[in-house]
Amino acid sequence: MSRLATKFAEFRQSGHKALIPFITAGDPTREFTVPMMHAMVEAGADVIELGVPFSDPMADGPVIQRASERALEHKMSLRRTLEIVSEFRTSNQDTPVVLMGYANPVEAMGYEDFALAAEKAGVDGVLTVDLPPEEAHECATLLNAHNIDQIFLLAPNSTPDRIKKMDTVGSGFLYYVSVKGVTGAGHLDTSDVKRKLIDIRANTQLPVGIGFGIKDAETAKVIAGLGDAVVVGSALISKIEENLDSPENAKREITELLKSMRLAMDSQG
Amino acid sequence: MTETTNSYDMPDERGHFGPYGGLFIAETLIPAVEELDQAYQKYMTDPEFMAELDKDFQHYVGRPSPLYHAERWTRELGGAQIYLKREDLNHTGAHKINNTIGQILLAKRMGKTRIIAETGAGQHGVATATVCARLGLECVVYMGAVDVVRQKLNVYRMQLLGAKVVAVESGSKTLKDALNEAIRDWVTNVDSTFYIIGTAAGPAPYPAMVRDFQSIIGREAKQQCLAQAGKLPDALLACIGGGSNAIGLFHPFIDDADVKLIGVEAAGDGIETGRHSAPLCAGRPGILHGNRTYLMEDDDGEIIETHSISAGLDYPGVGPEHSWLKDIGRAEYVSITDDEAVEGFHALTKMEGIIPALESSHAMAYTLKLAPTMQQDEILIVNLSGRGDKDMHTMAEREGIQI
Repeated sequence: MSRLATKFAEFRQSGHKALIPFITAGDPTREFTVPMMHAMVEAGADVIELGVPFSDPMADGPVIQRASERALEHKMSLRRTLEIVSEFRTSNQDTPVVLMGYANPVEAMGYEDFALAAEKAGVDGVLTVDLPPEEAHECATLLNAHNIDQIFLLAPNSTPDRIKKMDTVGSGFLYYVSVKGVTGAGHLDTSDVKRKLIDIRANTQLPVGIGFGIKDAETAKVIAGLGDAVVVGSALISKIEENLDSPENAKREITELLKSMRLAMDSQG
Repeated sequence: MTETTNSYDMPDERGHFGPYGGLFIAETLIPAVEELDQAYQKYMTDPEFMAELDKDFQHYVGRPSPLYHAERWTRELGGAQIYLKREDLNHTGAHKINNTIGQILLAKRMGKTRIIAETGAGQHGVATATVCARLGLECVVYMGAVDVVRQKLNVYRMQLLGAKVVAVESGSKTLKDALNEAIRDWVTNVDSTFYIIGTAAGPAPYPAMVRDFQSIIGREAKQQCLAQAGKLPDALLACIGGGSNAIGLFHPFIDDADVKLIGVEAAGDGIETGRHSAPLCAGRPGILHGNRTYLMEDDDGEIIETHSISAGLDYPGVGPEHSWLKDIGRAEYVSITDDEAVEGFHALTKMEGIIPALESSHAMAYTLKLAPTMQQDEILIVNLSGRGDKDMHTMAEREGIQI
């Protein structure tokens, strides 16, 4: 059983809802990322999603696009992202790490080399935005052989047939993109999410993480009531962007936001 | 046992040309491309749809476009008989409208009310804005901020036609970034919006669909060549950015093994400088914008910035069918620098009184090299994919002239 599957099984048993923060590796600097990952765990993160910078992030809104650009400016790459995970793993063997990015850097490294290197670094899951199940068979098979889950996205317009397909090829958890749009979109409708989750639950037993458009503790709480995990990205990266002259401030503000989300998600009623 | 046949039949049912093509897109877009694929499969064999398309080709685009025997240029170069396929004479001045007129008819039948497009040189943007104006549909065109500056005239044309032109400021601010932004728009407005991709690239079914609409070029050229010269051509030549004019010319000839197919990429400042747009000549396979194809990328798989004097060729990828034709050796791909393209531009202008687009000038420049090496009884068809009016500003500036 993968580290992700084990964790989610524990959470489900205890009724704990997972908090999954997303930051881009190497944004704003290489040095910022590992201490930030540890701080996020201390603030209540259960899984960490690490964005792999890509030159053409087609599914991302402006906030994450700019994070990618900042990281690429100092040559952050998939290889260096794996180094970051290794470094994080020297003092944390417990918190699952999921890489989120685009297919081409993985393709350039080669699926087999990537699966090997990712396992060695301590990666638990890989979410490739532009690799739908139709094209993911080879990559998913190799990742699974190295104890890594290939995580797939579900969208508001995914049909029951597609949900079943994701259930077959995906593992770890499914990531429900709660709005039609790019990351950081501003119009999350929780009643829509609620309706869609009924559809999703009817077609898969896999845990469901919900992301896109979750910006504050209040929304996190509502979403935690619907899914198994809450993913928050652009709201955190905005803090980095607002504090480019002071990474310490960024770190503090991100930690505070996560703590408030954790508190809200854990409070009943 | 499966039956083998000699006839070319690509892509497969999942949109693959060998390892190339495919469906590399975010989940939200899957229902949209599935819906499009169904409509495309249905209407491409629907006599009523095809009759409407033919009628528009004839009366709105002005087809068939002539196959012109460039006799003076032929004499001057002293080799192959040079024939120009005059796509520059189409309405809006380039081959792009063959595709937009086809896609908008599909959009209409699918009940879409909003059209988006990306554009580099602005020709596809103009061709899209044109068909939207004709049908009264809302049109948004994404264009790299750099291209907005170097193709001002086309920006104004699109605006006159009622389109909203969005200058894209991210990344390298050229065609690839315009594509990224168009894809973001499509993800956000997927229910109402039809994305008219301008070249034979992107997720399936776009590469095959755009090819099918553009194949009118090759079908006509074949018939015209047989009628005028009594035989098939010996070689076909076309410039390649995404490669839609080239695949449109090549496709009906793929099974004619004796006809050489040659695509001309943009070598920019020279392949050796790294400042070029020639993925087939100097790149390697990767995944971008919905398909697997030859790309310009670094060792980490990040897309690198491209360069070409012509905005329409300034793109790091290429249509996946060209990648396949390269790998199986059916087509040959060469490159022409900015300086050579300018020579080709002047050559055709002076010898035949036809001012070609800078994109097409790459094919003209290769004609200068290729024609003299061929026999006088051989036929070379060169695709004159667009006219040069839009490039007056770029050319004048390059030659230090104020207009």
